[in-house]
Amino acid sequence: MSATDTSRTDTLQTQPDPSGAGSTPQVARVVVPPRSFRSEIRAIKIVFRRELIRFRNDRMRMATSLIQPLLFLFVLGSGLQQLSQFGTHGVNLKTFIYPGILCISVMFTAMFSAASIVWDREFGFLREMMVAPIRRSSIVIGKCLGGAVVASLQGIVLICLAGAVHVPYDPLLLLGIFGLQLLLAFSITAFGVMIAARIKQIQAFMGVMQMIVMPMFFISGALFPISGLPGWLAVLNRLDPLTYAVDPMRRLVFGHLHITAAARSALDPGLTWWGWHLPALFEAGVVLALGLVMLSIAIVEFNATE
Amino acid sequence: MDLATPAIDVRDLRKSYGEIEAVRGVTFDVAAGEVFGFLGPNGAGKTTTINMLCTLAKPTGGTARVAGHDVVSERDNVRRNIGLVFQDPTLDGYLTAEQNLRMHAELYGVESRLVPARMKQVLEMVGLWDRRKTQVLTFSGGMRRRLEIARGFLHSPRVLFLDEPTIGLDPQTRSSIWRYIRALQQTEEITIFMTTHYMDEAEFCDRIAIMDKGVIVVLDTPDALKAQVGADRVTIHTADDDAAVAALADRFKLEAKIAEGSVTFYVPSGEEFVPRLFAELGIQIKAVSVSRPTLDDVFMAHTGSTIRDAENSDGKDRNRMVMQAMSGGRR
Repeated sequence: MSATDTSRTDTLQTQPDPSGAGSTPQVARVVVPPRSFRSEIRAIKIVFRRELIRFRNDRMRMATSLIQPLLFLFVLGSGLQQLSQFGTHGVNLKTFIYPGILCISVMFTAMFSAASIVWDREFGFLREMMVAPIRRSSIVIGKCLGGAVVASLQGIVLICLAGAVHVPYDPLLLLGIFGLQLLLAFSITAFGVMIAARIKQIQAFMGVMQMIVMPMFFISGALFPISGLPGWLAVLNRLDPLTYAVDPMRRLVFGHLHITAAARSALDPGLTWWGWHLPALFEAGVVLALGLVMLSIAIVEFNATE
Repeated sequence: MDLATPAIDVRDLRKSYGEIEAVRGVTFDVAAGEVFGFLGPNGAGKTTTINMLCTLAKPTGGTARVAGHDVVSERDNVRRNIGLVFQDPTLDGYLTAEQNLRMHAELYGVESRLVPARMKQVLEMVGLWDRRKTQVLTFSGGMRRRLEIARGFLHSPRVLFLDEPTIGLDPQTRSSIWRYIRALQQTEEITIFMTTHYMDEAEFCDRIAIMDKGVIVVLDTPDALKAQVGADRVTIHTADDDAAVAALADRFKLEAKIAEGSVTFYVPSGEEFVPRLFAELGIQIKAVSVSRPTLDDVFMAHTGSTIRDAENSDGKDRNRMVMQAMSGGRR
């Protein structure tokens, strides 16, 4: 001990000690290990878990995020039914738009999941994560996975409504729907987190997300069949990433319906690129690839911020 | 790390944001186990310096080593060895106190079997053990700050950084926070580096660096700094402050300053000077006070303004305070 240390101890003893902490000699000292793969996995897990804990504590979010898809499904679906009986070849309009609604509901909830990173920044918690001895990528990956699972859990409510729109409760179908929802939720969350790296105010973030998500939703064909569209809309439709989630979802649901071949080909024609029919798995692959690209961009951007 | 290695070693550290030089070359070191205070008005560069030491901002010049590791090339090693308590809150209000600490332990990779005992210890030290199952949203400002301090200690850091640990708290809470910090520091034998703009809090430090406009103007122990001022401070309220300053210079050869609406100057043995002042100044004096030198006087002697005046002249920082107040209201 140096001289300065001794003099410091003297001044310390004159300080009152309300907690009695000074009289506890045993210190349960811990050690922070060097960074390793294991510590990164642990970090991803805890960031992921936090999303679930927060979701569990926030039931309001679950209720409010369902209002919009339910309006589309039951109000729009029932209301427009009268106009469209002949166009739908006897298929109920609610049944037709159900796969699209499954996609958009996940899209909206995933958007809110991504917004949590902006909230974290505003309330300071992001900083606590950013200064920890872990990679920024662990934070981003944990956030995206957590957000995707939370959004998909909310989507389960809509899956449960399948019977109300004449879609059979086939376990394989339900599992497939959930899988596609999870995939879409992951990509949308990654997209949102990527945006959140740049846009730091929650109002601006929600504005930008609405601006991007609403056109994506309308153009994707969630509410209309994609055959016989005017040329400009067909092009936009192929460029819309959401199209590649809506189409396989519709194919999946329609594959389990008992409807005429004419109805099937009119309502669920399948997506084409210059006449080539895209396999459903390929479409799902497009969604996954886009999600991974956006996740990578998000990681690069978060690494660059001080 | 042995005691011979300084806990913090800073050489000519600089940081510019575009044209603005926030930190213009600071050099100092902090011994292991020391409580080191960084004092100065808002906008002096304290937070920027602390951010560089915590690896949150990259220096644009100079070097800094914390716990023996370079803050740029060994960022992760620095992070493993430091604890941070920021000016702005960084707790998750939706989680309980316990969940916040658990989250921290996981992020820092603290061995799971050690966490419960350690958590109990730090929570008891800040008097929050009974409230561990409560959502942080419901905590008062002082309780949140205590929880943040406990969290900063959780992973047994070598150096704890506290950026304005008592900002925005009432005086009673401030002093209790200080008692907790000192008690923890004593038990854990760690180095504390803190910033403050409350002059009275600097008395808790072993050594103080006074920072103004991006440079360290003076660095010493609180007692030595006060001894440097030497003289007593005399503050007078007069009918005409400008004339009083001129008269003091003219008749007593004293250099006086107008600050916070009164005239201040320093003389040896102030009590004996006051009768002469009344007899010879020739300007009506409304009130007079004489005081022993404080750190405020040290600051004034070295920078020529009081800490509050220095802050009020800084528009950018006032905006920051307003923003803080706004976001505080939403919380």
